[in-house]
Amino acid sequence: MNHRAVVAVVVFPGSNDDRDAGWALGSVGAEPAFVWHEETVLPDGTGAVVLPGGFSYGDYLRTGAIASVAPIMDAVREFASAGGPVLGICNGFQVLCEARLLPGVLRPNRQLEFVCSDATMRVEAVDNLFLRRCAVGQELVIPVKHGEGAWYADEGTFVQLAARGQIVLRYADDVNGSLGNVAGVVNESGNVMGLMPHPEHAVDPLLGSADGGLLLAALVDAAARHGALAATPV
Amino acid sequence: MKATILVRPKAGILDPQGDAVGHSLRKLGFDVAGARVGRVIDLELGVDDADAARAEIERMCGELLANPLIESFEIRLGES
Repeated sequence: MNHRAVVAVVVFPGSNDDRDAGWALGSVGAEPAFVWHEETVLPDGTGAVVLPGGFSYGDYLRTGAIASVAPIMDAVREFASAGGPVLGICNGFQVLCEARLLPGVLRPNRQLEFVCSDATMRVEAVDNLFLRRCAVGQELVIPVKHGEGAWYADEGTFVQLAARGQIVLRYADDVNGSLGNVAGVVNESGNVMGLMPHPEHAVDPLLGSADGGLLLAALVDAAARHGALAATPV
Repeated sequence: MKATILVRPKAGILDPQGDAVGHSLRKLGFDVAGARVGRVIDLELGVDDADAARAEIERMCGELLANPLIESFEIRLGES
């Protein structure tokens, strides 16, 4: 019998961090289940969904735009609206913004250069499913690697999001021209999160940092709760 | 019916691509105060009625072709 929480990792054409995400999720106790974008249902017992990094559909039109209307996204939308935890990493964040599951949009880096380095970020809010193992003000070191990571929303939206604790991670320095140095946001109910940094590349001190493991482990906690809830007969 | 859609970054939205293009033009000696870079989409539609085509394209822009947070679009029918 399998007691590991099932985390579905959606694979789009052009995803390239799906395997790393699966490996990292396994390292923090989950059972990853890879789901091709043309599927219309999530695997049985899915407790959480991860949209991984990469260049879905070659970043054509706008990053994440074409993936946001892929067949599997209806199931992801339904899962999210039932309170299921959904995490978008890098290109996955772009997809969630284009799908309007998260506020704002990711734009080309202000410096028009691909950034690839470790980044330090501050935890701004922990009342969501993803940062429960962190403290407000805690600094995390997680690598970034993206060309279009400048998060943008209009000023009114930004102020409202900050007041509601939806701006959850901010870079310590200006990495890409992101408004307010935003690195990650959550939806209003705190069960959908997107971030540009790659927690799946920071789960082992040997690779420089294990801070990403804090986030993924919290996701797996939430996946176990949600999966058990979904499995409870009514 | 053929149609062309012009998608532009909205006014006030940072457009690093446009800035880089403007900068390069100035380096070439051209007198350019600013540049913005958008996108042109040529479509061949199944419908022939102009009003129906326009309504269809507006839906396309809302669902996929433009992101209303940062982009505006302009529809030109029968051009491409």
